Amino acid sequence: MKRGILVLALLAAAGCGGAQQTPGKVTLTYGLWDDIQQPAYQQCADAFTKANPDITIKITQNAWDQYWQNLTTQMVAGGAPDVITMQASYYPQFVKNGQLLDIQPMVEADKVDLAQYRPGLAESWVKDGGRYGLPKDWDTMAVIYNTDLVKKAGVDLSDLTWNPTDGGTYEKAIARLTIDKNGKRGDEPGFDKTKVAVYGMVPELNDGSLGQNSWGNLAVSNGFSFIDKNPFGTKYFYDNPKLAEAAAWYRRLIEKGYIAPYDKTSTLGTDAVLAAGKGALGVTGSWMITTYLGAKEQKFAFAPLPKGPLGRKSAFNGLADSIYSGTKHKDAAWKWVKFLGSTACQDLVAKAAVVFPAITSSSEKALQAHEAAGRDVKLFVDQANDKDGTFLLPVSDHADEINEIVGTAMEQVWLGEKDAPSALTAANTQVNALFERG
Amino acid sequence: MTSTLVRPASVKHAAPRTRKRGDGRLALVFLAPVLIGFGVFYLYPAVRGAWFSMTDWNMLSEPEFVGLDNYERLVADPLFWNAMKVTGFYVVMTVAVQVGLGLLLAALLHRLTRSLVVRTLLVVPWLVPGVTTALLWMWLLDANLGFVNHLLVGVGLQNQGFLTSPDLALPSISLINSWSGTGYTALLLYAGMLLIPKQIYEASAIDGAGELRLFFKVTLPLLRPILAFVLVISLISAVQLFDTVAVATKPGGGPVNATRVIYFYIYQRAFTNFQMGYASAMALTLVLVLGVLTFVQLRLLRASTSDLS
Repeated sequence: MKRGILVLALLAAAGCGGAQQTPGKVTLTYGLWDDIQQPAYQQCADAFTKANPDITIKITQNAWDQYWQNLTTQMVAGGAPDVITMQASYYPQFVKNGQLLDIQPMVEADKVDLAQYRPGLAESWVKDGGRYGLPKDWDTMAVIYNTDLVKKAGVDLSDLTWNPTDGGTYEKAIARLTIDKNGKRGDEPGFDKTKVAVYGMVPELNDGSLGQNSWGNLAVSNGFSFIDKNPFGTKYFYDNPKLAEAAAWYRRLIEKGYIAPYDKTSTLGTDAVLAAGKGALGVTGSWMITTYLGAKEQKFAFAPLPKGPLGRKSAFNGLADSIYSGTKHKDAAWKWVKFLGSTACQDLVAKAAVVFPAITSSSEKALQAHEAAGRDVKLFVDQANDKDGTFLLPVSDHADEINEIVGTAMEQVWLGEKDAPSALTAANTQVNALFERG
Repeated sequence: MTSTLVRPASVKHAAPRTRKRGDGRLALVFLAPVLIGFGVFYLYPAVRGAWFSMTDWNMLSEPEFVGLDNYERLVADPLFWNAMKVTGFYVVMTVAVQVGLGLLLAALLHRLTRSLVVRTLLVVPWLVPGVTTALLWMWLLDANLGFVNHLLVGVGLQNQGFLTSPDLALPSISLINSWSGTGYTALLLYAGMLLIPKQIYEASAIDGAGELRLFFKVTLPLLRPILAFVLVISLISAVQLFDTVAVATKPGGGPVNATRVIYFYIYQRAFTNFQMGYASAMALTLVLVLGVLTFVQLRLLRASTSDLS
């Protein structure tokens, strides 16, 4: 079955088209993965071309999975987009191979105000004194729930608590929200866990090495930390018992029938299951706001994450715009990146109300735009504003392999093939061996 | 190809010199498109692949020569051996189903109906692009929202994680590809059956052989060279399984490595982990394994001789 490979090759070839040049005029390509955000950035591009008539921006969009494959292939062929949307866990490998331009000299020369961004965002993109991106947006996590099902169950999700022993009010709510075929709820006697109609929770358990949409937040609120130094630590702590406790809690919910067994989980994603009304709540990020609140099948609303033993902890992640080191138009590319990282563009993105821009003032505007559209999403901003409310996802070398190793170990836990402490300890040994190899 | 076509000309000493050279050139001209294609798309990449397999190369840096390190790593890599095992299971399952069902369908086509419509319908699933097939079945077989599970639950059974349970995922993938490939296999076998002279069937029928006996005593033995060919190409295309796994399993190759077949593993090492050197070493090893398997199969089935001649 070679067709798959052929398709990939064709995609790569199509992407290599490069920009045609007329003298004096420059066409920059800009790589983006989120189709929902594309219109907002097109507005930025138009505004930019208006101010710089010599430079036109061509946006190329590929879905998340293909985005990284294509990007690598394009880099190998020497034809990657001039400006690239970057994610923190992916950029180290590109920096290592000299594919991203160090923009520190330009930032200094043009005196870009790095303090305008939400604290913590700009620093993620510094490695060994070089700077490889200007912050673009950020995201935090929250609980998403089906308002009808929650109302019928009569549970209050506004201030949940969680602990690894009995699961706190979070587990109680999830139990109550689970309904079997006979209409019995998960916390009622006679509940048949083999015939569940609506699952209390639809977690994103296939979640790699970060657990951004599931175990990561709970584990950190339980006292887990991923890595010795972030960014660019060299020792991971996946063998920490605090993480194992959180993972084991999910496994217990599977055994109790509040979560679908991992081997019978839909591969179409949490949003598809929730939209089908077959689950009551899940955990999601602020980039999904419009997808959920705009859904026609069900009515959804957000609630804050549960408070763990150390309080409420949400993964905090940011994207940035980076310049491809192979670009033929370094100056034009920097102009565009600078524009993307300025209030001029980020206010436009804010108005479109899809994501929260990195600039603090633009981020406020995005919140206002959301509220004007009747979307109650202040909790994402509150979470980000809470000094101890967030943790940065780990950034290090070998991210791709770590993702595979830890992801597989977690699968073994969810399937009940191994208990959490032994699976995670074995995985941690493998992960740290990667850094010894160099 | 070259040797068989060019050699007879050079062997014939009697033929005039000029004539001989002319034939050789002409042959080369006719062969050129194939030779160039073979050279550019097969030979050159294969030679480069052999070189890469002895380097540490992430596609962005310069390849660095490391001798046989990649092969050493391969021998000690549990995921490589797991991939070979998974591929082995998949190949046996898929080839058995495809060739078994294909034979049955071909025999029916041959002895029962020669309808062009039926023949055409047979290959329709094969004409659907692999990625589409995978997506289609992924939606049909989804554990929560899929139509098949909807039916199962509807008749009072448990829903099944066809593509998400470690026990079911590989057989499901195998059946999906059998669904798509059996028609094509049947068509090849049917074409082979048409080569068997009708008189043999008539003579045997007069001697009192029933349909079953005809199939086992006439069709199967005389079909052997074609069967060998079909087995070899089914085996090779089964080893090349990639698209269904990439599309229909999440995470790709999962759950817990249950569907991580060798092609997918090579791809992951090459394009997810950027370990092109190691991926090349695995690819070359696979070429060797396939070569040996094909040779053994052809020898065992005496594919180059037919009982018809």
